[in-house]
Amino acid sequence: MLNKKNKTYYVCVFFFCLFVLFLYGPTFTIILLSFQGPDGGLTFPLNGVSTYWFEELWRGGSVVDIGSAFKRSIILGAIVMVLTVLLSVSAGLAFRKKFWGSDTLFFATVASLIVPSIVLSLGVALQFRLLDDFTKWLGSTFDINYINEFFQTTLGMFTSGLGAQLTWTLPFGLLIMFAVFNRFDKSYEEAARDLGATPWKTFKEVVFPLIAPSIIGIALFGFTLSYDELARSSQVMGAGNTLPLELKGLTTTVTTPVIYALGTVTTFVSFSVIGVSIACYIWLKRKRG
Amino acid sequence: MMKFLKLKPTVGLLSIPYSLIFIFFFFIPLTLTFIISFWDYNEYSIIPDFIFENYAYIFKDCLNFEKDICVTFKTYLSTFIFCFITWFFTLIIGFFVAYFLAFYVNSITWQIVLFLLCTIPFWTSNVIRMISWIPLLGRNGLVNDFLLSTGLADAPQEWLLYSGFSIVLAFVHLYTLFMIVPIFNSMMRIDKSIIEAAYDNGANGLQILWNVIIPLCKPGIVIGSIFVITVVMGDFITIGIMGGQQIPSIGKIIYVEMSYLQLPAAAANAVILLALTLLIIWIMTKMIDIRKEL
Repeated sequence: MLNKKNKTYYVCVFFFCLFVLFLYGPTFTIILLSFQGPDGGLTFPLNGVSTYWFEELWRGGSVVDIGSAFKRSIILGAIVMVLTVLLSVSAGLAFRKKFWGSDTLFFATVASLIVPSIVLSLGVALQFRLLDDFTKWLGSTFDINYINEFFQTTLGMFTSGLGAQLTWTLPFGLLIMFAVFNRFDKSYEEAARDLGATPWKTFKEVVFPLIAPSIIGIALFGFTLSYDELARSSQVMGAGNTLPLELKGLTTTVTTPVIYALGTVTTFVSFSVIGVSIACYIWLKRKRG
Repeated sequence: MMKFLKLKPTVGLLSIPYSLIFIFFFFIPLTLTFIISFWDYNEYSIIPDFIFENYAYIFKDCLNFEKDICVTFKTYLSTFIFCFITWFFTLIIGFFVAYFLAFYVNSITWQIVLFLLCTIPFWTSNVIRMISWIPLLGRNGLVNDFLLSTGLADAPQEWLLYSGFSIVLAFVHLYTLFMIVPIFNSMMRIDKSIIEAAYDNGANGLQILWNVIIPLCKPGIVIGSIFVITVVMGDFITIGIMGGQQIPSIGKIIYVEMSYLQLPAAAANAVILLALTLLIIWIMTKMIDIRKEL
């Protein structure tokens, strides 16, 4: 059989290790380089060891207001996470039976994953621009003081930005739900129903506990994909940039390891979120027995 | 029975919030993009109209064969080349990794652990993963240090970073996962007894791979290919950062036009890009039914 531990097996193991090194190696290089002394540069050799660049990052020296971008990204990520879980779980439940428009919605879900992000970002930006024009027109035509005095734009992190990111995270959520329900044993539910449970009670007491570990997975996708999202967000965030957008700008302007320090911090955040999610997943699986 | 009948429409209603997001942030924006691609514009605003100038401008000089190849065709050509090379490498590496995970790792726990190991980088920042190549490939990077110290090169190699090479490297680094996941999924569905049957009938490892596993993995390969090709087609970030902002791409043209507020022109480019992408996908999905693969 294939799984015999012959020469091919060891060649495969070797190449797999090489692939993992290829995946993680570069990231660990910059983590290493971010702990350099004050004289350190963008490349090796390491010039001393210190947390100087992290302090520099904290002080905000040479870097635009990274703290608030960071905060914005975390908040947006959390909101996207919650919405992704709620919307894709409910849509996932709906998709278990055919409903009016289900094929179109499925098509849109897949299409959204493969539409070039810049195209979608442009579309959402255009839409909100027209919405702005329309609002201003309303204000001037009907003499609405509030609009005339205070209105600037509908474009923003929690309007267009949130929506654009959801078109990226929701498909992952729904596809995970599909994978879950394709392998789902319906007999538990039927048993609950036969025993007289209401649909809500069946969901709460039977279905939800069974799919809870997968919901952690959806939450993980929701947060991390939002937190790192760049292409779709690029045109629709309005005045306040998210962290990835700031980072992209910094790649052309910053020439000190402070950018590596920032990289280390965001990677740390991502790893923590992933770690917590995996721990929750294992805990939930164990609890279920 | 009554309960069942009542349940059906209610459950369908649960898809409404999800649908609303897609109507408002997917259907309407794409429709508007299409409409606005026929609009006129000046320095300050976009003007409702029905003109073909935006499209004509894109293909200006493209049908003039006495001149050099036009900018648009050149950009698409360069993007296609990136697509092809990236597709090739992600397919080879992705297939290999999936193959290893599916057939050489015996315990499910290890399979999950190693699969996660491949997936975790996908949940971290792409920009960081791109700039993390700088210390390795830069002028004074590790690779150049190595080449110089061993005498393999007598001057720092400039083509390592901010070049076509580094762009492809970054694409492969970022997107091989898009191949691994669907191919691994296909492989896990292969009934092991089919492989055993082939083995018992005297097929060797290579024959099994070529005549049994690869044909059965076709859906996974197609899905992975769609992801990789479309993501490279519309890219402007990786090509921008890893190409040192020197190498053109369609995504970047759109991006630049947007920053100059030439929105209808950007929309026309977006429509063409989208049409081409959909064409490629359409050709590829002719081969499989995606929904069965989940």
